[in-house]
Amino acid sequence: MLRAALLAGLLALPAAAQTPRIKSASEFLSPDLKALQADETANPGMLWVDDGARLWRETAPDGKSCASCHGDATESMKGAAARYPQVGAEGRLLNLELRINECRTQRQIAPAFAYESEPLLALTTYVARQSLGMPMAVKTDDSAATFYKRGEAFFHRRQGQLNLSCAQCHDGVAGSRLRADVISNGAINAYPAYRLEWQTLGSLHRRLRACSLGVRATQFNHGSDEYLSLELYLAKRSQDLRIESPGVRK
Amino acid sequence: MALAVARVSMPATAKKGDIIEIKALMRHVMEPGYRSDNRGQIIPRDIVKSLSVMYAGAEVFRMEMHPAIAANPYVVFSTVAVDTGELVFTWTDEKGATTVEKKPLMVTA
Repeated sequence: MLRAALLAGLLALPAAAQTPRIKSASEFLSPDLKALQADETANPGMLWVDDGARLWRETAPDGKSCASCHGDATESMKGAAARYPQVGAEGRLLNLELRINECRTQRQIAPAFAYESEPLLALTTYVARQSLGMPMAVKTDDSAATFYKRGEAFFHRRQGQLNLSCAQCHDGVAGSRLRADVISNGAINAYPAYRLEWQTLGSLHRRLRACSLGVRATQFNHGSDEYLSLELYLAKRSQDLRIESPGVRK
Repeated sequence: MALAVARVSMPATAKKGDIIEIKALMRHVMEPGYRSDNRGQIIPRDIVKSLSVMYAGAEVFRMEMHPAIAANPYVVFSTVAVDTGELVFTWTDEKGATTVEKKPLMVTA
């Protein structure tokens, strides 16, 4: 009994800080943009965090709010974003957006928010913000293994008219310039992020669609199985990178 | 859903005569009116025209805005702490609709 408790205690210890495999995309930002992201009073993504904080307490028609079950998000949601995507109860891979929507439809008995809608972006950003500075740590074993392998295959598969794989740019030539921008390693620790190109905040899947378009490949839907598996793979690639949401990107 | 409209950051207290820095971020699309949607229709212009800040009975800051200003305009300026009171920020859009945000400032001798 005591030994089991001790063991559980040991297992609960945070893993020693590891050196991440890849660089956070903010390492490739200009000093100005880096400062904009770091300053809570200037980062435009914080507008969505404010919105999320209000939505967290807003009650659905059944009288329940996020806060009715989860209480204070600054406590209960700490570290949540670091563990997503993960496999849900029904064997489906869920990222933060889908997890929030699952709560909404199954617990609050309210209609799901559309992917990329303002309330879903706001809640996702608010939840992700509670893990600020915590290292990404998704699980890729057991039931997640199939999704992980699928994502890994996607990352390495050549696609589109330009016949490029994600790996060719984001592993091969990361750090070099692609027109006015610098190619990053494809780390996802700052999403949802405010992109200057969009003039607004957007989800990771919106960013992935932009990448797909860039190589003239099929753009999958927001929340599609393809992008979810890829998100899991990218989250694993980003392991030990500190969460920065909402990031500021070009 | 009503969106969060503004974030104003400034010190809550200051000594009389101190210069305080004020940062005001406002949520707005700042649609310039030059872009078209995916059907080729012009997206109507929708911008914030001005930001005005009143403090201690005087206008301490005013800015006129134009279509070239990016979405969610972020403005940093400074003023001198003269009296305990409210700073009232008013953003006015083209149709005359206003967004008002108030921040108290406590001034010590």
